[in-house]
Amino acid sequence: MSTTQKKTVYPYIPNSTPQARQFMLDAVNAKSVDEFYADIPKHLKLDGLLDLPAPKLSEFGLKRHVQKLLNKNTSTEDNLSFLGGGCYQHHVPSVCDEVNQRSEFVTAYAGEPYDDHGRFQALFEYTSLMGELLEMDVVNVPVYDGFQAAATSIRMACRYTGKRKALISGAINPDKLKMITTYCQADVDIHVIPVDQKTGGLCRASLKDLLDDQTAVVYFDNPNYLGVIEDGEAICSLANEAGAVPAVAVDPISLGVLAPPANYGAKLVTGDIQPLGMHMQFGGGHAGFIASHDEPDMVMQYPSRLFGIAPTEVPGEYGFGDVAFERTSFEKRENGQEYVGTAAVLWGITAGVYLATMGPQGMQEIGEGILQRNCYAKQQLSKLPGVNVPHFDQPHFKEFVVNFDDTGKTVAEINLALQEKGIFAGHDLSADWPELGQSALYCFTEVHTQNDIDTLCQALTEVL
Amino acid sequence: MAKAIAKPMTIGLIINPVAGLGGRVGLKGSDGIDIQRRARELGGQGRGVERTISTLNSLSTASDVEILTCQGTMGEDAVKTAGLNANVVFPISPYRQPTPSDTMAAARWMVEQGVSLIVFAGGDGTARNLLDAVGDQVPVLGIPAGVKVQSAVFAISPKAAGELLSRFIQGSIRCQSSEVMDLDEEELRQQRVSARLYGYLQTPVDRCLTQGAKTRSNTSDHASALAIAEEMAGAMCPDTLYLIGPGMTTAALKEKLRIDGSLIGVDLVCNGRLIAKDVSEREILSAIDAHRGPVRLLITCIGGQGFLLGRGNPQVSPEVLNRIGFGRITVLATTSKLTALHGKPLLVDTGSSHVDRMLSGYIPVITGYRERQVYKVSDSLL
Amino acid sequence: MNYSDTDIRKHRHTDGKPNLRRFHQARWDEPVVMELSAEGERGILIPEAEQAVRDAAANVYDTLPSSMRRKNAPALPEIAQNRVLRHYLRLSQENLGADLQVDIGQGTCTMKYNPKINDQLAYSPKMAELHPLQDESTVQGILEVMHEFEKIIKAISGMDKASFQPRGGSAAIYANAAVIKKYHDAQGNTHKDEIITTMLSHPSDAACAKLFGFKIITLYPDDDGYPDIEALKAAVSERTAGLMITNPEDTGIFNPRIQEFVDIVHEVGGLCAYDQANANGLLGITRARDAGFDLCQFNLHKTFSTPHNSGGPAVGVQAVTKELVPYLPGPLVENDNGRYYLNDDLPHGIGKVAAFYGAASVVLRAYAWVMNLGAEGLKEVAEIAVLNNNYLMGEVLKIKGSSAPWAKGKRRIEQVRYSWEELHRDTGIHSEQLGLRMADYGLHYWTSHHPYLLPEPATFEPTESYSITDMDEYVRTLKAVTEEAYSNPAIVRSAPHNCPIHKIRHDNFDDPERWAVTWRAYCRKHADSSNG
Repeated sequence: MSTTQKKTVYPYIPNSTPQARQFMLDAVNAKSVDEFYADIPKHLKLDGLLDLPAPKLSEFGLKRHVQKLLNKNTSTEDNLSFLGGGCYQHHVPSVCDEVNQRSEFVTAYAGEPYDDHGRFQALFEYTSLMGELLEMDVVNVPVYDGFQAAATSIRMACRYTGKRKALISGAINPDKLKMITTYCQADVDIHVIPVDQKTGGLCRASLKDLLDDQTAVVYFDNPNYLGVIEDGEAICSLANEAGAVPAVAVDPISLGVLAPPANYGAKLVTGDIQPLGMHMQFGGGHAGFIASHDEPDMVMQYPSRLFGIAPTEVPGEYGFGDVAFERTSFEKRENGQEYVGTAAVLWGITAGVYLATMGPQGMQEIGEGILQRNCYAKQQLSKLPGVNVPHFDQPHFKEFVVNFDDTGKTVAEINLALQEKGIFAGHDLSADWPELGQSALYCFTEVHTQNDIDTLCQALTEVL
Repeated sequence: MAKAIAKPMTIGLIINPVAGLGGRVGLKGSDGIDIQRRARELGGQGRGVERTISTLNSLSTASDVEILTCQGTMGEDAVKTAGLNANVVFPISPYRQPTPSDTMAAARWMVEQGVSLIVFAGGDGTARNLLDAVGDQVPVLGIPAGVKVQSAVFAISPKAAGELLSRFIQGSIRCQSSEVMDLDEEELRQQRVSARLYGYLQTPVDRCLTQGAKTRSNTSDHASALAIAEEMAGAMCPDTLYLIGPGMTTAALKEKLRIDGSLIGVDLVCNGRLIAKDVSEREILSAIDAHRGPVRLLITCIGGQGFLLGRGNPQVSPEVLNRIGFGRITVLATTSKLTALHGKPLLVDTGSSHVDRMLSGYIPVITGYRERQVYKVSDSLL
Repeated sequence: MNYSDTDIRKHRHTDGKPNLRRFHQARWDEPVVMELSAEGERGILIPEAEQAVRDAAANVYDTLPSSMRRKNAPALPEIAQNRVLRHYLRLSQENLGADLQVDIGQGTCTMKYNPKINDQLAYSPKMAELHPLQDESTVQGILEVMHEFEKIIKAISGMDKASFQPRGGSAAIYANAAVIKKYHDAQGNTHKDEIITTMLSHPSDAACAKLFGFKIITLYPDDDGYPDIEALKAAVSERTAGLMITNPEDTGIFNPRIQEFVDIVHEVGGLCAYDQANANGLLGITRARDAGFDLCQFNLHKTFSTPHNSGGPAVGVQAVTKELVPYLPGPLVENDNGRYYLNDDLPHGIGKVAAFYGAASVVLRAYAWVMNLGAEGLKEVAEIAVLNNNYLMGEVLKIKGSSAPWAKGKRRIEQVRYSWEELHRDTGIHSEQLGLRMADYGLHYWTSHHPYLLPEPATFEPTESYSITDMDEYVRTLKAVTEEAYSNPAIVRSAPHNCPIHKIRHDNFDDPERWAVTWRAYCRKHADSSNG
């Protein structure tokens, strides 16, 4: 710092004034801040300053700098997008943003059920609203994402049954399977149930072969990764008959029209609440839920926090707190703890706002609208020359596989051409699902108009 | 909920007015009429009444509670001084010194009257009287007033006892088994320390008042003991003679092994079977002599002070330890027991300074399933 | 100047210091959202599909197998939009966010100012409306931000590569444990099945390692509050897979022998992971790599100023040395001649620890924070955080009944674990009770992780975000509350008095017959009491 340059006073650091620094040094009888670092051996101390880019000290300068970077992005508001595959474009009601941008929620953390009563109540309401959607009595406070929820549900089922064999549907996101494999490696033996190529659903004959009395859990996504609605009832009955826990991951936004898994025999239900009011944020809008019936043996397997409602000293006043604080399952040879940390509470609060805003009619209408758009899109796309919808006769909710083998073009080529027309085409499955050939996963939600779908078909006609 | 307003809770209160009498005059306790007389001659004074008043004064919810107590110095005086009402009083003759049998009779009477908790002021001797009289029929809470307060049934101060009591009355507290320990005072006065674990009383214990918002500790002591048992049972070797010491933690192991062991004594186990129960030092030595395979000792720390050896398990003598070998000792203890030591080392006081020195250093303690803690062991009792 | 008695100002200060705040939190007595339902009300209308689309689909329910059709509409409440908003705004007010108060009482959490400009940038559609599977050419901006921020993390830690995939601090600890496991598997070190950690490191260090089948060995602090190096020597062996440790631990005492710890573990072939949850006082002062660590992790929602969001979303940064890069979760952000791309070619990696790339919008905020401060600013952050902490410690220790155990008379780094043991002995009042009384004055107060190694703990961390006056107000209030513990313990014991609700009856929470995690469970179990 040159002598003529004044020391920077940082707006985020009140005591960065020379006067404040001196006052505090005097108060603690220290000559310089170096005294506080006396315990750090000299050779571990950094010489000089960190090698960092020059700062943008003014707020305006910073804003310009970051905006310039962000402007290099093309968003789904700029382009028409048909991407899904685990992260979904839905309309985010204005009330959701209004609430989750409140600084009381944004900057809260670990206060008590008293001074942070609002946070506790909002989370209890979130689990209550999810409970209605899922028709289950126990829902946890959000975990990191749907992947985490799935992996945890598998471990929970193993603890619950005292067994370690898990059958996992092959029709799930390949990344999710990677996550589950890593998370469960020490205590779970994972077997993948192959996909039935004809239906795009899990192969029920293989499931029967793999199921035995050592099986702890049968896990599947419904709708599955390829967009197909599985016959949940048939799969869950097979699992239940074998004494295994049926664990289902579900897209919560489908539950205005699709049966909640509890109704077809699921004992553990998980999923990701990103569709319920979260912007996609390049994958930053995810949060996971785990739900079950109110069976104490299962409740004790949750590693995550469960918030319950209770009376206070004042009649008619609601209080909230942790249910079954002391949870363990040592008898089943594994510590039930897993781990708990800062996860995705704000998205839980937001999903609560979303469900309260949507109400029963909203959830039903959005589900019907998505089904309608998918029916229409399926019909329109399969009319295009060389384009096939391999699981056309299967029920789909909001996405389905489209195959381009007969066009002689790769999905990569097609998608690049569509991108030049301002369209983010369906996610290219050819690398992860070679058995599907040149296929892509197309997603349609309530944000798509007939014109959007027609525009896609028109663009495809032009590029094929 | 509605139950709180239905009927005030009933609490029993017993003061051992001579507790603490011997302490200030260097008599290491007040058990026995002769010692009490000696203590008074030396100017000693009991601390029970004064300490109980301090506890009662810090009660916030006295109006919600009905107090049953004993006549005179054994309770009524303190209750009145604290400005409270003793509704029902157990008669004690004012013409003689109170004795342990008064304490026990009063405690039994209180159980019959349906009290929810008995509060007592005294020391380890008084705690033993309660153990004999009520066992686990009702929870008890000790106000520390004696010279010897090794038992885990005592609050750390009279005010802290008041706080625990207030919360017990509010219903926001739970009970757990706590050790009743006592030294033999006669031996103590002869410069020998010989302590025993006498059993367990149910005591209200501190649990965080507000549930930790950032993390939670999700294991109860019993669950932790089961996890330790799970780990230990998996690590036990065939044809090895195991000496399993007293305590709740080791009792969980015996439960896991499905053997009918003793809670407060040393048991011998081999190949999952109970060979002998509650054995003496001599029996241990002859069993070691008779056994052809390796011998191992499994012990837990006993009482609030963290004694590993030398309190509560005198059967495990220096001779026994020498024969087993110092590398063959495994300690089992719950994390909450270790953290309650607040960083102080585990203590050994076997009576042989050589053995104590050999035991000092760092020892692995099994604290759960796949969990160990490396903990310091010291022979310095300061 | 001469003020008359009616001068309001003079009632607010004594001897130049602010008087106790006469605080009362919002108390809306708000019903549960389910109770707001009014039949037929709508919170939002849904965009209807066009006639042609509806015609194509005919009856969509016919496309579903009958067992997959929902029979009854979900029993969600029906509430008009402004009524939903009003309800949630009331709940927001019954909450003490860090923006509202001097949040130095949640020690270990590093509650600092979350600059609003960073939130505004993250809300921009160019961030919020990005799909993670978009072609890389359309997300060059956010990839550049992630790549640039990785460089910043590399500079701060001395490490060679970083992943932002973990969605929280504990998730990054988990990812580090996974890498340690994967590394030893790859080396054929099947005998290495023990992880060493310390009593004062975050509980997740032990819990995460255990998930991989590791046995956990925990060390206690020595008399100076450092992890005991003799205990480490007793614990370490050929079976040691790694050391997972914080420094400074939550005591705020820097372990000067940290490099020896690392060396001891390296000697037996173990890896060392540095949990940098407590890095705020060390930014630009000392680096993980320089002490020999192989892995480390930072919490962007602590040290790097991103909001805590009531408990996430968040990011735990995982940073490693060159040798461990092959084991990281994929994908990693790479730069090829100015073109940014996602590299998922990690055949030996641990796979995934979260969906997609973690919370990129959190990375954006952290990047903006560092870009605002620069190297000098980061050092200023560290120095003022430490200076604030030592100033605060001096003031707290003047209060009767307080103490700062371990390392007597020594300076601390960024926080202090205090003990109210003496106050408890004198008054029977527990640390938690002081905390609830502090809430009556609108301030947070945090004890520590369970189980309590120190009796009656309290942990304060003033960070760089609070002024001298802020800290004085906190201490002034703390002093008043402790004085009440001595003079009027009943008012402390019965606290809180000024919060949105009164004392909760906890007996409902542990009884399966009565606990209720959802409203439907509550209505089912407590039908009688709701009539009364």
